[in-house]
Amino acid sequence: MTSANLTDVVQAEQGTSLWKDAWRRLRKNRLALFGLAVLSVFIVVALLTPWIAPYAYDAQNLDLGASPPSAAHWLGTDIFGRDLLTQILYGGRISLAVGFVATAVALVIGVTWGAVAGYVGGRVDAVMMRLVDILYALPFMIFIVLLMVVFGRNLLLLFLAIGAVEWLTMARIMRGQVQSLRQQEFVEAAVSLGLSPATIVRRHLVPNALGPIIVYTTLTIPSVMLLEAFLSFLGLGVQPPATSWGLLISYGAETMEEYPWLLIFPGAALTLTLFALNFLGDGLRDALDVRGSGD
Amino acid sequence: MWRFIAGRLLQAIPVILAVITVTFFLVRVAPGGPFDSEKAVIPEVKAALEAQYRLDLPLGQQYFAYLQDLARGELGPSFKYPGRSVNELIAAGLPATAELGAYALLVAVVLGGLAGVVASLKPNSAQDYIPMSVAMIGICMPTFLLGPLLVLLFGIHLEWLPVAGWGDIPGDKILPSLTLGAAYAAYIARLSRAGMLEVMSQDYIRTARAKGLPEWQVVTRHALRGGLIPVVAFLGPAFAGLLAGSFVVETIFQIPGLGRFYVQAAFNRDYTMILGTTVFLSTLIVLFNLLSDILAAWLNPRLRAQYGEA
Amino acid sequence: MPLLSVRDLQVDFTTRNGRITAVNGIGFDVEPGQITAIIGESGSGKSVACYSLLGLLPTPPASIERGSAVFDGRDLLQMSERELREIRGRDIAMIFQDPMTCLNPYMTVGNQLVEPLIYHRKVTRAQARERALELLAEVGLRDPQATIDQYPHQFSGGMRQRVMIAMALINEPRLLIADEPTTALDVTIQAQILELIAELQRKRNIGVIFISHDLSVVADIADEIVVMEKGHVVERGDRQAIFQAAEHPYTQKLLAAIPAGSKPPADAAREDLIQVRNLCTWFSQGRGAEPLRAVDDVSFTVQRGEVLGLVGESGSGKSTIGRSLLRLVPVTSGEVLFDGTDVTGLAGAGLKQMRRRMQMIFQDPYASLNPRMSVYDTLAEPLLLHGIATRKTVEQGVLQLMDDVGLARAFVRKYPHEFSGGQRQRIAIGRALATRPEFVVADEPVSALDVTIQAQILELMLELGREYGLTMLFVSHDLAVVRHIADRILVLYKGRVVEQGTGDALFNAPKEDYTRQLLQAIPGRGLL
Repeated sequence: MTSANLTDVVQAEQGTSLWKDAWRRLRKNRLALFGLAVLSVFIVVALLTPWIAPYAYDAQNLDLGASPPSAAHWLGTDIFGRDLLTQILYGGRISLAVGFVATAVALVIGVTWGAVAGYVGGRVDAVMMRLVDILYALPFMIFIVLLMVVFGRNLLLLFLAIGAVEWLTMARIMRGQVQSLRQQEFVEAAVSLGLSPATIVRRHLVPNALGPIIVYTTLTIPSVMLLEAFLSFLGLGVQPPATSWGLLISYGAETMEEYPWLLIFPGAALTLTLFALNFLGDGLRDALDVRGSGD
Repeated sequence: MWRFIAGRLLQAIPVILAVITVTFFLVRVAPGGPFDSEKAVIPEVKAALEAQYRLDLPLGQQYFAYLQDLARGELGPSFKYPGRSVNELIAAGLPATAELGAYALLVAVVLGGLAGVVASLKPNSAQDYIPMSVAMIGICMPTFLLGPLLVLLFGIHLEWLPVAGWGDIPGDKILPSLTLGAAYAAYIARLSRAGMLEVMSQDYIRTARAKGLPEWQVVTRHALRGGLIPVVAFLGPAFAGLLAGSFVVETIFQIPGLGRFYVQAAFNRDYTMILGTTVFLSTLIVLFNLLSDILAAWLNPRLRAQYGEA
Repeated sequence: MPLLSVRDLQVDFTTRNGRITAVNGIGFDVEPGQITAIIGESGSGKSVACYSLLGLLPTPPASIERGSAVFDGRDLLQMSERELREIRGRDIAMIFQDPMTCLNPYMTVGNQLVEPLIYHRKVTRAQARERALELLAEVGLRDPQATIDQYPHQFSGGMRQRVMIAMALINEPRLLIADEPTTALDVTIQAQILELIAELQRKRNIGVIFISHDLSVVADIADEIVVMEKGHVVERGDRQAIFQAAEHPYTQKLLAAIPAGSKPPADAAREDLIQVRNLCTWFSQGRGAEPLRAVDDVSFTVQRGEVLGLVGESGSGKSTIGRSLLRLVPVTSGEVLFDGTDVTGLAGAGLKQMRRRMQMIFQDPYASLNPRMSVYDTLAEPLLLHGIATRKTVEQGVLQLMDDVGLARAFVRKYPHEFSGGQRQRIAIGRALATRPEFVVADEPVSALDVTIQAQILELMLELGREYGLTMLFVSHDLAVVRHIADRILVLYKGRVVEQGTGDALFNAPKEDYTRQLLQAIPGRGLL
């Protein structure tokens, strides 16, 4: 509902929407910008990995064995003589993919669930949220371990399982948002104008609930990545020949006395990504002025 | 208040039942029987074994038999350690895990709470930035990375502390407890800082200052309670996280605890052990969640009153 | 010699957008045994000035640039935090606006009450408690023995403010600073608290600084009045001088903004636009509990073209009636006939059609506009929804509305947070008028606004009402405002209609006790 030729009628002063305002605040936050930059680089690199990785993924050099960083192998090699940088690049693809896909699963389920419960209210809300409460009380970490044991280490299952845990908080946040927004007078005004419920949700509720959802989404990605790494470390996540940062760290930990770089570099990659995401999430929280933490 | 507690207990029962049911059937539908891997088992022996573990009965009957056992507190025999029951294995692993968990929780609450409160008293100063940066590192440095790094530094390089074990050499409990507690200390630091900042901006803090109370009394008498309620509510989820973390920490430091048994059981496909431990740990987590909920509600007089109206 | 003498005080704030001088070189005196009122609208610096005296402003962002505040021969502004602390709560005490948030919800009132006594006078807990019980009785709490160990949420707003007053007085201070102590309270409670403050002040012969945005509130109790605008003191004088011979134009504006007089009676009988019959709106309070009877068997009519005032205190059901008529809350039983059609039974297209004909203006202009939508989007939405304008003509429609409500056309792209409260209320009025409604419910449309803005918005509403031929239901807690704008008035109490009549009839010859109580409670009624 914007109009291009409005300026013909009157010299309108340009307003600053809350989004623009938030972006301006975010731009002043150096840590958040650093996070955004690191993240962007990692994502681009992950997308381009097959073309830019220095060695083939499965290229071994058993004669070389584990060697420290050198000109040929910037980050050194593992005990099979495989290039660690290549391993980290491919591992990062999986780690990031798990983080983003599982978060997306959680986002879709959680936001829909929470929005419906919050908007419909009444008995439907009570039943839906009671279910969330019950699921919340389940010890999911243990369940995921169990699932991995029972069904084997299946990546798709891992996405779904992690997504299924994380949607609960998302649903709670969304419901809280919708509920508090519903009581706002501008929503009442929209009702009294005669807008349909769908339009009210789309134009009046969603744009206002988006802030906390964005923030929580940004903070969910690192916790999902941690979960994946945790499972892979235990040997219950990603399985060889595929690799992930968690798996690399677990190998590194086994041989850290002799070959510390095998632990330190994958660890640094994971930690740096988590830093970037958390800084960005915190920055967004401040910029969007979202109160409370949700975790 | 009692009604609230009773209500929560009643709510916990279906949750625990759901855990038992889901776990039981998940484990039973798992591909591959428990004795498939062992070579050349004589059919008669296999049949005898299956009868011993009740695997010859229909699934429904197995389930109800299991529930009956549970009601008596029997978790059944282990598949992989013949002659030993799951109860015995849990009893063997529990003390170390409980002690580790307790120390880690102590580290988390004391270090985290202190850091958060200190940071909140002077926001955006060095007193805030330093502990909060450390907390950020704690959040971004997963347990399974922190553990090996600590071992590398304090165990192997500096040789200050033992690299593994539990209760064998003096000081061998320090690194595992720190490793396990660190992430939660970081979370609690952030939570308590946010909670304190929120409370310190409330009008009643201004009232307390207008009375002429010195700042430390304003903080301890008026702010602390409200500011730390979110931390108390977080203890339940933290406990669940600590248990899961103990899987890793016990593996890294070779601690003969429940967590390590669980992971081993997972690899050995020791189904009764997995089932029993899951049921046991889940019940523990559900109860601890309940406890932290009740504690948080009790700390808030308004909630207390609301649930007190019986 | 004055008890407190403030001279040349300047307080600055450092904000994201640079430095702002909130208090700019002000001076005033407080005599012992007298009430000095500081009057000003939001942003005038009245509270900042007083908080800065006691070191209660967070520094940064605030900084006291210059000035002196001599209390008892010593300059408060030169004292160390430690010295100030000795004075706070002992010689100078404060009470605040919102008794809901100013008491610690985690502590019993008794424990909060004795704190200043124990800290400053080093008495034992038992002695302090004894004293607290005496004071609670003195400020009018029934049965202090039973209530002293309760938590703040167990008290009503008025009772909480009494507790606050007791807490302030427990050390027998010589100066009491009261920051809008009655603004959050109902009118009848406000009258009681004002009386209590005046009485305690006389008895103890202490000096009081009474901060308020509302001249009429202090009309009965102030000895001295200091008027502030934008960080400056524009006028000082005794009550008589201010009310009868104000010199500064701003003071005159404030005085003129006090609603007075009543609307001339309508010329002829008009047809009924709305007939409300036996309306009940009950809210469920959970299983097993008695429903809350917010509106309980209410009947009345609204005539075409009139402004009907709905007056009551919080919990009287006045807002719920308005929302029930517009179907914003579900009606339990009864009929609402709008131009002959029962609104309560409508659904679908019929309801949408009806919504076009009846609109609402809300209390809080900060909450009633979608913060993510520009003025253009907000005003265009109803125009397009009801086909009042097409995509081609919608701009013209939006600009026309902005002209009507007195907003500059250049603001059309701006967002709600870029406007002041009064401007936002204008946008909200524009939105309500966009559908060309016949009937508008105005729910406390001016009570969140500054006094001078309040007068402007009321004027605007009267004017637009005439221009658009509106019928209006004007909901308010403020009898004086309602009398000013309404043709007839309905007085509500606990969900029922107590009395109705024209403004003059109610004011001059109230029939019911409750109406009389309400009238008595109007602050500064001598001015009307």
